This record gives sequence, C-alpha cells and structure tokens, in this order.
Amino acid sequence: MIVGALLLGGLYLFPIWNITLEAPQYPEPIGMDIFINKFQGMNPNDIKNINIMNHYVGMKDIPEQIPEFEIFPLVTAGMIILGVLTGFIGKKNLYLVWFGLMVTFGTIAMYDFYLWEYDYGHDLKETAAIKFTDSDGEPMAYQPPLIGNKTILNFRALSWPRTGAYLMFLGMALSVLAYFQNKKEASNSSQQAQKAKEDDEEQYSHNVA
Amino acid sequence: MQIRNQIICCICAVTMLFIVGSCSQQGQTGALNSSLADRSYVAPGEHDEFYAFISGGYSGQLSIYGLPSGRLFRVVPVFSVDAEKGYGFNEETKPLLNTSFGSIPWDDSHHPDLSQTNGKVDGRWCFINGNNTPRIARISLSSFETEEIIEIPNSAGNHSSAFVTENTEYVVAGTRFAVPVPQRDMPIEEYKGNFKGALSFIKVDQETGRMNLEFQVMMPGFNFDLAHPGRKKSHGWMFFSTYNTEEASTLLEVNASQNDKDFIAAINWKKAEELIANGQFETIKTEYAHNVYEESTHMATSTMKKEVKVLDPAKYPGLVYFLPTPKSPHGCDVDPSGEYIIGSGKLAASMTAHSFTKMLDAIENKKFDGDAYGIPVINYEDVVSGVVQQAGLGPLHTEFDNDGNAYTTFFISSEVVKWKVGTWEVLDRAPTYYSVGHLMIPGGNSQEPFGKYLVAMNKITKDRYLPTGPELAHSAQLYDISGDKMELILDFPTIGEPHYAAGCPADLIKPNQTKIYELEKNNHPYAAKSDKEARIERNGNEVHVYMTMIRSHFTPDNLEGIKVGDKVYFHVTNLEQDYDVPHGISIIGANTSELLIMPGQTETFIWEPKKEGVWPFYCTDFCSALHQEMQGYIRVSGRNSNTPLKWSLDGD
Repeated sequence: MIVGALLLGGLYLFPIWNITLEAPQYPEPIGMDIFINKFQGMNPNDIKNINIMNHYVGMKDIPEQIPEFEIFPLVTAGMIILGVLTGFIGKKNLYLVWFGLMVTFGTIAMYDFYLWEYDYGHDLKETAAIKFTDSDGEPMAYQPPLIGNKTILNFRALSWPRTGAYLMFLGMALSVLAYFQNKKEASNSSQQAQKAKEDDEEQYSHNVA
Repeated sequence: MQIRNQIICCICAVTMLFIVGSCSQQGQTGALNSSLADRSYVAPGEHDEFYAFISGGYSGQLSIYGLPSGRLFRVVPVFSVDAEKGYGFNEETKPLLNTSFGSIPWDDSHHPDLSQTNGKVDGRWCFINGNNTPRIARISLSSFETEEIIEIPNSAGNHSSAFVTENTEYVVAGTRFAVPVPQRDMPIEEYKGNFKGALSFIKVDQETGRMNLEFQVMMPGFNFDLAHPGRKKSHGWMFFSTYNTEEASTLLEVNASQNDKDFIAAINWKKAEELIANGQFETIKTEYAHNVYEESTHMATSTMKKEVKVLDPAKYPGLVYFLPTPKSPHGCDVDPSGEYIIGSGKLAASMTAHSFTKMLDAIENKKFDGDAYGIPVINYEDVVSGVVQQAGLGPLHTEFDNDGNAYTTFFISSEVVKWKVGTWEVLDRAPTYYSVGHLMIPGGNSQEPFGKYLVAMNKITKDRYLPTGPELAHSAQLYDISGDKMELILDFPTIGEPHYAAGCPADLIKPNQTKIYELEKNNHPYAAKSDKEARIERNGNEVHVYMTMIRSHFTPDNLEGIKVGDKVYFHVTNLEQDYDVPHGISIIGANTSELLIMPGQTETFIWEPKKEGVWPFYCTDFCSALHQEMQGYIRVSGRNSNTPLKWSLDGD
C-alpha cells in the first residue's frame, strides 16, 4: 500500500499525458508532454510551432500557466500522505477508500482535461484566416481526442497517457492488491496451500513450454 | 497448457516463415543488383550513402551531391556572390569577399579537401582554394556555410591548394605563378632568378577551425601545381609538384616543356615548425585579408593583416629537397601507407612512383645530383621506386581504394586506369566521356579510403546530354569500383567546372547538422528577437528598421516617415524556430538581392528609396499557406517632408 502511494511521486518527475501531432511535412512529429505542473514540448520549440500552426485556424496559444498546475501538485501530495498513513494504519477498508478517492480525483482531472481540450478546440478567434466547416456546415472544431487517435485536417493527433500516469495506475492497482492481500491473510491456510499447489503446476507447465 | 504450447509452436512457425521469406527477398535484391540503374538508384525518401563535395571551378562555389544517386543538394556560395542566398549582397556576408584588392565578387574554386583526424576524414570542415585571387575558405559541415576566407599574400594562381595534413594541423596553399616578392615594377624578362614561389602553411585551430597564415616557404620561381601531405610514415612532409622549372615567362607551352624532368618538392614542415619556434625566420611586410563569419552574430568581419613569417629554404638545410620527376608532373599523390609519392608527368605516358624510404636514405647518404637555388636535388635513381609503364596518355591525378589499388585519370586518352600499388601493373581501364581531369574516391586521398565509388570529372561534354546551345554542363561519371572491374553506372551534370572533389560517408556529417539557429543565442547587434522589439530608428538620413518575420507576417508591415535620400537598413530577424522554415524579403527597386533568412537568423539589406510613393515588400520564400499574404508597405515621402516616423502591425 505504501509503495502504491509513493508511486504517485512519479507524477512530479514524469509526464502524465502526451499529445503528438503527425503530418506529412513533419517527418519528425511534434508534440507536447503534460506534466503535473507544466506543458513541455517534446522538442525544444514544439509548443511555439504548434501555436504557429494553430493560429491560422484561430486557436489560442497553449498557455504557459493554468490554475491546475497549482492545484494538482497539492492534491497529489495530499494523496501520497494519505496513502502512506493508510498503509501504516493497515486497515484494509481504508485502502479501498483511498482507491475510491483516487478514482474520483482521476475522473475529475480527466473531465477537466476534456473541458480544456474542448475550449482549446472550439473557442476560435473570429478573425481566423482559415475557417473550415464540418459536414453539417458547422464551424470545424480542432479538439484533440481525450484518449486515442484522431485526424484533424492534415494532422493525426495522438493522445495517450505517459509514464507518470502509468505509475499512478500501478499505484492504484497496488492499493487494490493490498486490499485483497489483506483479506486473504485473514482466510484459512488450506486455501493458501491449494494456491501454492496451483502455482507449482503453473511453474511446471512454464518449464515444459 | 496444451493450447499454449500450440500457440508457441505457431509463433515459431510463423517466425521461420518470415526468416525464409526475407532470405528469398534478399536473393532477389542481389539479382536486381546486377542492373546498372539499380546500383545508382536511391529510392524516393531514401538517403545517399556518401556526400560528395565538388568544386565549382569558375563558378567559385562548392556543390554538394549525394552518391551514388548523383543528386545535387546544395550549392554553397564561397568565393562568388550568390543572389539566391543573399551571399555577398547582404551586409553580413559582404566582408567575406574582401581582399587586399578590395571586394571581389568571383573566384575560381579548385580543390576541396576535408578535415582529418589521424589521417581519417572526420566530417568537421571542408577547405577549398580560390585560384585567381589567392584565398582559402573554410566551410562548416554543420551549417554548410562559408565561415572563413583567408587571402594568401605573395602568391598568384593559388593552385596547389587547399590540402589538409593528417590531423588538420595545416592547410597548404602553393602558388602556381611565380611573382616578384614583394610585388614591384620590374621587366618581365628578368623573371628568371628573381621571381619567387611561395608555399603557405595555414594553421587550423582544432576547436574553432580558425585559420592563421603561420609561415611561407619562399621557393625559387617555379610553378607549383598540386600538393599532397605525407601519410602515416611520411607525416610531417608535404609534397608539391612543379612545372616550368625552366622559369619561362612567355610561350610556356613550349618553353616550360623543355626540361626532361621537373621536380616534386618535398617540404619537411615539422622542421619548418622548429625553425619558426626558434625564431629562425624573416618577417616581411605584406597585406592580406582575413575574413571570419561569426555564427553567434550571424555576421562576418574582415581584418587586414600586415606581415608574414618567411623561410628561405637555401638558408636552412634539411627543409626542402627536390625529387626529379619526368615531364611536367601535374598530380602529386601519396598512397594511404605514405610510402609512395606518385608524380603524373602530364606530357608522358607513364607515372613515376617515388619511395619515401628511399628518399630518407638518399638524404642521409647525400645521394644528390647537385642543387637548384641551394636546394639539394636527389638522384633520380636513388628515389624512384617504380614506374607505371605506358598506362595511358597524359596522366593527371591518382586516388586510392582500400585494397591497395590506385586509379589514375588520363586526360589525353580519356580514361581511368586502375593499377596495383607496389607492383605497378595495370589491372583495368575504363573510358570516360570525355577528357577527364580529376577523380574522387570517398576518402581516396586519406590514410583510410572508403572505396566503393569513383567519380570522374570531365572537361569535355559534347554529346552526353540534351544540347543547350554552345555552353554545356560539365559531366561527371560514377563508377562502381567494388569489383575487379570498374563499371560505369551513372552520368550526371555538374555546376561550373569541377576540378577536384572530396567525399565521405553521410554518417560522418548527418548527425551534426544545424537545423535552426537558436534565437536566444542570436547576438546580432541589430536583431529584434520578438515582435515587441520591432521598431524604426532614425539617425540623420540613416534609418534602421528592426523587423521580424514569422508565419505569416512581418512586424512592422506598415512603415511611414521614410524619405527620399534616406539610407534604410532593413535588419530582419526570422523568429521561426522550426526546421526548414526560412523566410525571404525584398522590396521593389532594391539595388541588391533578396535576403533569405534561416530560422533564428538576422540579415540586413540596404535600400535607398529614390522616388516618393508607397512601395510594397514581400516574403520571397513560399513559407506557409498564407505566404502570399506575407507582405507590407513602406510610405516614402519627399526629402523635406515632415511625415513622422511610424510603424505598425494590424494598427498596433
């Protein structure tokens, strides 16, 4: 459980999310890593170059600072402290509570990310040089996908979690595992013996393979 | 478990199929390889294996090709102005073309050579000589820009240049024409015994590449034709071929062809270094320009130097020896082992190979046949090691492969001949189209040739391509030399008149490419590094416009308050920081070229408006979807008007 909580510390070191843009004239794709407290280009000038391209369709510049960059590090710190405390207390139900909180915060964060993306892709300057409409005649939006790949004009936008998020997922999984582990320790030893036997068989079949 | 085993078996089987499949594919490629077209074919989007740096001759430039495709990638402006790139037209590069004779817009570039470390091509710099007004240039192989040009004083016809020693200690530059030193008014017929032939040693700073004319060996008034540094065992020596040891000043085609043997001059430059270090030299007054382009300021400066250290070889025994070599030798080439010095007597059918070991022995045992102007002449028999007999007519230049073979061009019989170093037997010959001059094998003048291809650069084209009136592109031919027989696989036209060329694997150069100039490191005194810094300043009738450019606008793009009679400096900074997004600019009536500005760079052009009116300017490089909108206006008012200085972008 404690390890699980500490894995959240990875959020301070590694990017959580990444949006990559691929296009024929960018044989080396450009993109942006989203950290807990900043946006950073995959290459030194990528954000500048994304802004240059996006200004033609009236999109705003990617901001250097947003309120989330203040809030998220605090929330994460809180969750790490909470998780470690929970681990020391050792009550299995508290593990589930912690997991539940993580899911809640994660969902809020994803929703917040979605809102920002929506605004970024829809709130276009009136004076945009290039105005495309979609098949319904509505002004085209340039919102990147929440998760997954999407074609936007000449670009293919790829939006996927990165190391920070994966470490977080692992941490959350560990908290659930800790919950079950704790539960199992309470159950009887014959079940454990049975499990051990299964494991041996598994090991044997591995060797055969 | 059984199911899993089956899956694993399947995976194994599929993998085997792939391996078998790819084997048979390789087999097919091998079969296709026999097609000549396939051997020079580089598929769309693929890269060539080698860079080739081919001199432009009377174009004054250096052209960059890929091998084996023969595709032209870039012409680097060196000694000649190039309006396409603003070279020699913008204020930043004008100083590069300065000389002691003033600014010169042209030269005749002959012999590129690549920097080396331990006798191996290292991909740092390319050096090339200007023949007409003697100069040596250094080109960065990161930016592919000319970074430095140094004029060579006391020299004329800078032909036996620009050859690089094993560790790029020196670039050497020998004079083709003997001249009075110092230059003075004297009768031409008093040439003999009075004119001099300066051999210049230019030291190269290993960090920056900066050149310094370290010393000159002041030789008798022969004509120094080509040169080659010693390799491995002969490192520390430099060999120069000579003609006109007759010292004729008129009708040289006859009068300089009378001696049965001229010389290869062997210069012990390590000895020269000692003499210089011991203060055993003369300092003579002269004048030469040293021009340096600074990447951080994006600007060149020209400095006039006033003196040079000179060594008189007659005074210092052991500094220079002459190796008699038949029939006005042109090419002077040293094999990769450093043992053999090949003199190509251009009026002969045979080539002479001198032995470095024999040379040292002859020096030690004083096997001399007199002297010339106090310089010992070694006995021909005591230095010659072998002769490649009757290989062809008019041998000019020799390069080497990595298997102990040599390849020599024959101008008169129009062919390349392959022969064995050491046994001197001819192995193969291939015709060229027509009258080949130099040849180049990647790394073929170094300790470690890369082999594989040979480029022959021809002087006569005639019917090789679709005709284009009386003036034809010079033709180069590419031979595959990986087998026993040379095979012609490609013809390609070249820029100007290539003389020598250099080549190396692309991998030595590709990883070090400059893609953009970092805006933060731009130290140009007139840079505007953001739109906010864009402005106009007036100082009397001198007006400085600090302008920026980024997709797809100029800042400012409406300028007022300029007057007839003003001298307007446009200092334009490209704010882009993306690879391959240059912008250009020019204005109607500008008496100069466009500017073509790379990302992060600042360049300047001068405009002197002659007429009142409102004059447009625009981006000359198709930069973006809204390139056509990248334009602006300048209002020019009368000489005595009171129009205030005003500038804006979108009304701001």
